[in-house]
Amino acid sequence: MLPFQLVIRNLSKSYGNLPVWDGLNLTLDSGHTYCLMGASGIGKTTLFRILLGLEQPESGSFSLEPSPGCGLTAVFQEDRLCEAFTPVDNVKLAAGNTLSRRQIAGELCRLLPRESLHRPVSTLSGGMKRRVAIARALLAPSCGILMDEPFTGLDEQTRHLVIHYVKEKANGRLLVVATHQEEDIEALGGILICPFPMKKM
Amino acid sequence: MSPTPRIRKIGILLFWAAVWQIASLLIDNSILFVGPYPVLCAFRNLLPTPGFWLSVGSSFGKISLGFLAAFFCGLTAGSLAHRFALLREFLEPVIRLMKSVPVASFVILALIWIGSENLAVFISFLVVFPVLYVNTIAGLESTDPKLLEMAQVFSVTPAGRVRCIYLPALLPYLTSGCRIALGMSWKSGVAAEVIGVPAHTIGENLYMAKIYLSTADLLAWTIVIILVSSLFEKLFLLLLEKGVKLCFRFSW
Repeated sequence: MLPFQLVIRNLSKSYGNLPVWDGLNLTLDSGHTYCLMGASGIGKTTLFRILLGLEQPESGSFSLEPSPGCGLTAVFQEDRLCEAFTPVDNVKLAAGNTLSRRQIAGELCRLLPRESLHRPVSTLSGGMKRRVAIARALLAPSCGILMDEPFTGLDEQTRHLVIHYVKEKANGRLLVVATHQEEDIEALGGILICPFPMKKM
Repeated sequence: MSPTPRIRKIGILLFWAAVWQIASLLIDNSILFVGPYPVLCAFRNLLPTPGFWLSVGSSFGKISLGFLAAFFCGLTAGSLAHRFALLREFLEPVIRLMKSVPVASFVILALIWIGSENLAVFISFLVVFPVLYVNTIAGLESTDPKLLEMAQVFSVTPAGRVRCIYLPALLPYLTSGCRIALGMSWKSGVAAEVIGVPAHTIGENLYMAKIYLSTADLLAWTIVIILVSSLFEKLFLLLLEKGVKLCFRFSW
């Protein structure tokens, strides 16, 4: 994959009369990890939703330049897993034909106990589900991954394991992580960004 | 089931059978109120006759055929109506009509249109279709929009969406819809046969029991209907569950 940039130009968004932010400009380079910080309600999730094509901005635009020919995937704030299906099924659903079930099971083994891989997700703990959601985003084909508070609900030890895995799998892609914890930035080797302009009163 | 509740259940059934027997002895009129013993005798007398099996087989086949056709049509029409809002608006008055017109009116209409032979197929279809249609739409509407967004972000294939997102949402509605519809199809199918009296059917036999004022035969046939319909219900729900499980497990 050739290096590319995610360029955000003059992006504005509001809900009704309530502006979320106005005139957001940002350029992010592939191969780097960016940690998006900011108080709750400042619009981190909204920015991700716009970048994922789930919401339309009021004005402004964003693009991947030069176009790498692939899109962005995400770890949502919620797990958003298919509960009746196994972790392997859930990852396979997102990875399509790029990975075999055997390869997926091999990857998931590094984050989850082996016996949990072929059980319905509904029987897993909250922390295990979170790891499945993270693995899904990393193993699906993409040029960049947006993670919305990905490490919530993980204990200290698992958090280290997962962060190590994320760094390994990011592999030249663009990684944007919204987080509240300062120690995540250091552990991820991330660049801190606070792009949100002040709200116009 | 552990033995104690089972024994209790049998005990309760025996108690009510005893109440039934005592009441019939007190009333002492085999037309007005027949006891359990004559009913059992009537039931036993029916079993070895070829006409019995012909009637049960014929009614079972017709009612099941109507049910299965309505199951697939209701599922298809419901899915399409969920997908295309205009189609849903178009079908709305038809479904309303099917739900509100009394079965008896449909039976008489059907007798005029298609005669009595395939009456039960038609009526069972007519009763089941709206139930399956409505439940399919409700199930598809219960789909989690957050999962649909996930599918959009990960470019999940249409087959993957159906299997992992739509089917799990649909299943509980489909099962409860079938449970209701199965009972309804048998009750209305047999009622239609009693009105239309097609040859060699359960309905015809019920009608004969009425003509001859044979309450014992009436109740014996009622037992047959309950047995056959609950057997069909169990079998169908089992097949549905197995089919869906197979669909869930299928590796792709």
